[in-house]
Amino acid sequence: MIAYLCAIGIVALIYCLLALGLNLQFGLTRLVNFGVVAFFAVGAYTSGLLSLKGLPLPLCFALAGILAGLLALPIGLLSLRLRDDYLAIVTLGFSEAVRITIQQESWLTNGVQGLPGLPKLFAGWGGGVSDVAIFTLLAVIVGLVCWGTVRLTRSPFGRLLKAIGDDEAALSALGKDPARFKVQVFMLGAALAGLAGAFYAHFITFITPEQFIPLITFYVWMGLVMGGSGTVRGAMSGSLLLMVFLEGSRFAKDWVPGVSEVGMASLRLAAVGLALILVTLYRPNGLFGGSSK
Amino acid sequence: MSMLQVDNVSRLFGGFKAVDGVSLRLAEREVLGIAGTNGAGKSTLFAAIAGQQPADAGRIAFAGQDITRMPPYRRAHLGLVRTFQIPREFKSLTVHENLMAAAANPQGERLINAFFQTRSLREHEAQLAAKADGILAFLNLARVRDVPAGGLSGGQKKLVELGRVLMLDPRCILLDEPFAGVNPVLIDEICERVRELQGRGIAFIVIEHHLQALKALSHRMIVMDRGRILAEGDPHTVLDDPRVQEAYMGGVV
Repeated sequence: MIAYLCAIGIVALIYCLLALGLNLQFGLTRLVNFGVVAFFAVGAYTSGLLSLKGLPLPLCFALAGILAGLLALPIGLLSLRLRDDYLAIVTLGFSEAVRITIQQESWLTNGVQGLPGLPKLFAGWGGGVSDVAIFTLLAVIVGLVCWGTVRLTRSPFGRLLKAIGDDEAALSALGKDPARFKVQVFMLGAALAGLAGAFYAHFITFITPEQFIPLITFYVWMGLVMGGSGTVRGAMSGSLLLMVFLEGSRFAKDWVPGVSEVGMASLRLAAVGLALILVTLYRPNGLFGGSSK
Repeated sequence: MSMLQVDNVSRLFGGFKAVDGVSLRLAEREVLGIAGTNGAGKSTLFAAIAGQQPADAGRIAFAGQDITRMPPYRRAHLGLVRTFQIPREFKSLTVHENLMAAAANPQGERLINAFFQTRSLREHEAQLAAKADGILAFLNLARVRDVPAGGLSGGQKKLVELGRVLMLDPRCILLDEPFAGVNPVLIDEICERVRELQGRGIAFIVIEHHLQALKALSHRMIVMDRGRILAEGDPHTVLDDPRVQEAYMGGVV
């Protein structure tokens, strides 16, 4: 039971990390990134492949974050020329391109068969203990990112991100070049997603391309939007709530009579969809996003 | 010597010439009024001067530099700033933060310095905050200092925009309809502030439909019609010009 709770906790914290990254990009700066999973995948594969080459895990994790961040540079530069809706399409397409590239370039990524047998984080400490250790490390990192986000939001840099989110052209008329700030925050959010990917790879220990479908991106979005984008509180609570629901509702099958296994899976998604509609209708700033603007 | 020099500037939208070969000069400390019917090309001229919609033809020089193709933020660095016809406040920032976002603080605004604030950066930030408070007092906005700017009235938003550009210590301010939707008391107040700032050495170009206020404020006036300059000169002479009355006011003042 502890092991199971620990596993759910780890996955939930990985989603929190993704949501915190997206919160910087969308919550503060209003950059519509529909390609979160691409940076998650690049982080997972970078760390996975390097660890199989025998690199020490801390180095693999760092490189996963750095490479995912660097990959965001060209997309970030592109985003300077695009309006919100076009950026959404470009990033969504980009994330599918990343997934298909991973699937096709088997010489590097082992293609559809994926990468089995990745070294698990803290494996030396024994099965149960290593999960607790991963959970603790993740909790500390998520805590640090939360602290960093609050700090950033209150800094002059964060003030400009919010100004960009409100009215980019007006900011540029005031002598600021929004381009630099947008690229930086895009890379920062992507690096967090890359780091989340490394945690995922070295917890699950087996990654395949079909784990990195756009649905992951939309789970992250749902968590952020339902919790309340723009605040740490919103990003964290929304992601945790969504994960608790998705995991907890696995057991609901026992309580809802006359629904098959497959039917139940669809019912879960329908419930999430309904919740999202209700939240956007009645709490447009999210459940924990504070008062309406 | 002119501070701002606009030579034969045109701006096209498809085949439509929104601004058609306009030339003008602005001297130091001068207030130039621009009037004209809706669609005459006034705001587009501002966008060409400030850089939001660069000129398709012609040349614009400011303080001796060719700025025709310069991005807006670099024009602002030279001291050429603008406000917008429809207020473009940063609605999720407070009034004070709106001014702070405009302050020149390139060191403090670096990502790395969000986490490592040195003493000198904190001091600089505090100086800027004090400067912003001074401007808010000057504009009578101190009362709404910590209110999110999105919740202000239209007139107050206009003042916030003025406050923002003042943070840059500009040499020339382009005001796009500063009196639109503003109550008469506040109009007088804005006029008074503009005169004070002009006294401190700032030049203005003001687009406005409120002709009495514009006449009182301007040293010189231009009336635009269909992308061109119809009349130019002393405000009284310009407004009495029969062509202006014909085009702009249908013959009646």
